Amino acid sequence: MAVFSRGFGGRVRESTPDLPPGQFLTEDFPVLSAGPTPEIDTAEWEFTIRTETGASHSWDWDAFRALPSELVATDIHCVTRWSKLGTSWRGVSLDTLFEEVESSYDYVMAHSYGGYTTNLPLEDLLDGKAWIAYEFDGEDLDPEHGGPARLLIPHLYFWKSAKWVNGLVMMKDDEPGFWEQNGYHTYGDPWQEQRYW
Amino acid sequence: MTDWLVGTVTDVRTETPTGRSLTITVDGWPGNLAGQHLDLRLTAPDGYQAVRSYSIASVGDGPAVQLAVDKITTGEVSPYLVDDVLPGDQLEVRGPLGRWFVWTPEDTRPIQLIAGGSGIVPLIAMARAHAASGSIVPFRLLYSVRSPQDRFFADEIAALESDLFRVDYVYTRSAPEGWATPPGRVTPERISAATIPVSETPGVFVCGPTGFVETVARALVDLGHEPQSVKTERFGGS
Repeated sequence: MAVFSRGFGGRVRESTPDLPPGQFLTEDFPVLSAGPTPEIDTAEWEFTIRTETGASHSWDWDAFRALPSELVATDIHCVTRWSKLGTSWRGVSLDTLFEEVESSYDYVMAHSYGGYTTNLPLEDLLDGKAWIAYEFDGEDLDPEHGGPARLLIPHLYFWKSAKWVNGLVMMKDDEPGFWEQNGYHTYGDPWQEQRYW
Repeated sequence: MTDWLVGTVTDVRTETPTGRSLTITVDGWPGNLAGQHLDLRLTAPDGYQAVRSYSIASVGDGPAVQLAVDKITTGEVSPYLVDDVLPGDQLEVRGPLGRWFVWTPEDTRPIQLIAGGSGIVPLIAMARAHAASGSIVPFRLLYSVRSPQDRFFADEIAALESDLFRVDYVYTRSAPEGWATPPGRVTPERISAATIPVSETPGVFVCGPTGFVETVARALVDLGHEPQSVKTERFGGS
């Protein structure tokens, strides 16, 4: 049973059915990154999916932007407890990027410029659940928010939506990525409050 | 994951016009490393709860945990912690959390700390850990605040200052009488002049509002610091 905090009324009462447990609403767009924001020139940008056979599927910026894109309206939830509802993104569905990829592995390590990694089950990337996003609110994605392109996996805590993503590597087993080695949950479902180990 | 622990506020101190530090005694607190944070939970009489994450200013074994909080007037937790909470009041905490933005005495690199406003909190924990450990690696702090009265832990920082802990301030709105540099934001030039040079390959910890951290981290990389040697923690929107 929780103790009561004398005089705390909860003046704002940020509660809606769209808000996962333990989250609060923000109108801002906070930034969480482990280090400096990398500067990435789209002329040198490349995104690659690698499988256990050694096969790789790569797109440069022009090839990536030539793929069909989708407008994504979604809520996002950060493990540091802010949620932002009704955000608007444009990106390429991972279903599109995985169309030609053949793998028997069930897990994926996402890699980013700057060395960040995060682990994901493949099924969480497919069937309309994940995108490589390059626009936010109709504008090019700012570098501090992961531009030129980042993962967008809104049904998981937002650290899974790796900024500055540049590749996915298929994995046989679920191995921890960067934050997952540094105290955060391996899967990260906000509705189950899977925040920490 | 540890459970929520009951904490009793045992000391409150006004630090700045909008911020104060709180000491919370938490039975069962497992101790924490310098730079870690915790989750803090408040419960209203009708059961409504609000949770926020805060960096920890204290370091080492419990049971006393110190936080410092800057009031966000539109928020629902920070105004309570800054304006309302009194010694004897109870709340709950969970942690410590985070294993990335931490310093331990095993790290033998020179360390540059760069704080903006209440971003000093995890960095004062590192300075305290450095002093307490007897580590002989050099530390240096660059602390950016609006004005002299906006410094958190000003007296303690002055007391910690030594050959092994050099301190420089940047005042962005108003500087003390006779201050050599006119008020202004941190610039690459100021950072270059008042931090450990790249040639000494320091580890760098930067904490503050998003815009501040973006500016500082970019300047550090432009000065030649390896991005991997610069650890950042940002708060607030952009």
